[in-house]
Amino acid sequence: MTDTDTAPSSGHRRPGDPMIRLERVSKQYPGQASPAVHEIDLDIPDGEIVMFVGPSGCGKTTLMKMINRLIEPSSGRIILDGEDVTSVNPDQLRRRIGYVIQQIGLFPHMTIAQNIALVPKMVGWDKGRVEARVDELLELVGLDAAMFRARYPKQLSGGQRQRIGVARALAVDPPVMLMDEPFGAIDPITRERLQNEFLRLQQDIRKTIVFVTHDIDEALKMGDRIVILEEGSHIAQYDTPEHILSNPANDYVADFIGQGASLKRLNLARVRDVELMQWPTLAATSSRDEVASALQASELGSVLLLDDERRPVQWVDARDLDRGVALEEAGLGPDAIVQLQATLQDALDEMLSSSHGVAVVVDGDGAYLGAVDFATVATAVSAMRREARDDAVAAAGQLASGDEARV
Amino acid sequence: MSLGGGEGPRMRTALAPQEKELVFAGAVPGQSLGKGLEDEGDAAEDIPVRRRRRFPLLGYAGMPVALGLAALLLYLWVQGRELDSIEARRVNAEVIREAFVEHMKLSAVSTVIVIALAVPLGVLLTRSFARWVTPGVVAIANIGQSVPSIGVIVLLALAWDIGFWPAIVALVAYTLLPVLRNTMVGLQQVDHSLIEAARGMGMTKVAVLGRVELPLAVPTILAGVRTALVINVGTATLATFTAAGGLGDIVSGGISTSRDTTIITGAVLTGILALSIDWLAGVAEDLLRPKGL
Repeated sequence: MTDTDTAPSSGHRRPGDPMIRLERVSKQYPGQASPAVHEIDLDIPDGEIVMFVGPSGCGKTTLMKMINRLIEPSSGRIILDGEDVTSVNPDQLRRRIGYVIQQIGLFPHMTIAQNIALVPKMVGWDKGRVEARVDELLELVGLDAAMFRARYPKQLSGGQRQRIGVARALAVDPPVMLMDEPFGAIDPITRERLQNEFLRLQQDIRKTIVFVTHDIDEALKMGDRIVILEEGSHIAQYDTPEHILSNPANDYVADFIGQGASLKRLNLARVRDVELMQWPTLAATSSRDEVASALQASELGSVLLLDDERRPVQWVDARDLDRGVALEEAGLGPDAIVQLQATLQDALDEMLSSSHGVAVVVDGDGAYLGAVDFATVATAVSAMRREARDDAVAAAGQLASGDEARV
Repeated sequence: MSLGGGEGPRMRTALAPQEKELVFAGAVPGQSLGKGLEDEGDAAEDIPVRRRRRFPLLGYAGMPVALGLAALLLYLWVQGRELDSIEARRVNAEVIREAFVEHMKLSAVSTVIVIALAVPLGVLLTRSFARWVTPGVVAIANIGQSVPSIGVIVLLALAWDIGFWPAIVALVAYTLLPVLRNTMVGLQQVDHSLIEAARGMGMTKVAVLGRVELPLAVPTILAGVRTALVINVGTATLATFTAAGGLGDIVSGGISTSRDTTIITGAVLTGILALSIDWLAGVAEDLLRPKGL
């Protein structure tokens, strides 16, 4: 990733200032009685994912599109990276802001490489640098550059196209990305995976991201902060997912979160945050005797066989051994496998449908790391609830003391 | 020869089939972790850009062969007949070649002018600032198309002059609509999300038009041009009535002298020419269609 003369940072921003600041931003369409967006003030901190969430027609997309001025605000100011961009050339402005939409919008008549190279070429990179960047980005989103460079969008699956959409938005390494329901049109399984991949990517790239969704679960999972919007782009609550779950600001927010706040809290914790339990494992090439003695040594009733790259191959328990078939044919394949960045909700979901009541945790290469069981999840949930309650008490205490001081 | 009467193929606005089949590979639950990305890649690997050619090889070769055969049959048939002096005056290589060249000129010049007028006009009329004039302009183009072509040609000859250029103007008026309409439809059907993506990444409006909208509209525009070409080849037959020449001379000469051989020669040649042009335009359409669509 090249830092020099990529999407230019104006550098007016003082440390600690927000990356994006909206000041009394409004949008009034001609001929409409009430404004679509009414005097919004909003600070979006550097390097965080801020989710805009709300029902259809609440103006969340309008609000987002005013940041790159695809929709021109009627009044108010937009400060990007310390610079007032309310009246700069909008085309130039947009080249500094990555943009991903639900329909992805890959140009079907251009190859993947051409699609990604569009913005770098617009800002005047030379050919060699553009090519190197295209390959780098393809690898970054987990696609083999040699294989995908010359393909057309039509030859890609939905998930692959979405990855290219993200790569294209990252092309000139802009500090800010706007994402409009980027995973909205993708099947649930692929969406889950893309969300996880994106979170892992964000750990490395640390962009400031405005992410629009109508799905509160996605907001809770993806967001460092969440803006919950009501009709007319009124901000009902702007806070971290934890605080929104434990202290909804009003009935509207509580309604919007819906039932099962405890269950939703599972979306906030990730497998990497909890202590993994260890399951007895053996190489898949082990003999029956080795398996039998491992089974005896453990209270867990089954052992997990791993291949030579430590990837889970199958479960074997005592009954499987007794059946007298070859070891490779005994037992069940590993059915519940999660990665470290999966949420506890994902893990629980896998667990419930697994044969052994545990989810096996693997690293990025699929190698075994440990396991998560129901007890682990339960412990994590109660710890989170306790933390949230303590936070709330502390916040209430501060508020109270502040009031007293003012009085 | 129905092509001669301006009843030829009408609007080819029928859009190229929207090939939007999503290729969902690798969305396999369970085994998709870890090496998931590569799995997906492998699954999608063998999908060719064009799953099937619009014209198989046989289709490309078939039409020229058939037209060549038709020309040969016509030649043999004419050879086998005794031509009287009136017939021989029209049905001879010299006259036919001249009429043929005139006919090609009429069709080609009118089509070039139509493209030069209709494509830019179509672009202008689909820009947001022109929304309010669009219906009016399309209505005018519709009138040009609705009035029978013979009427347009004769009216122009009466009001202006006879000869080559009035005939060209009549042909242009008549075929402006298919190209204009296809240009507009082609531009309007470009997926709006593509335009939004292009604007959102900082392309100027001109760049969006040149790099996204027009390339994606090319297949539809070409279909309109092909329609215009074929109509022009057919309608140019009528230019004989205003002394603009062309294969119509042979047909009408045959009619006025009651010589069937002459009529048939002229009519069949017009048909062969129209079908050849249509075939050529079809090949051009396939070659010029942007890859990846």
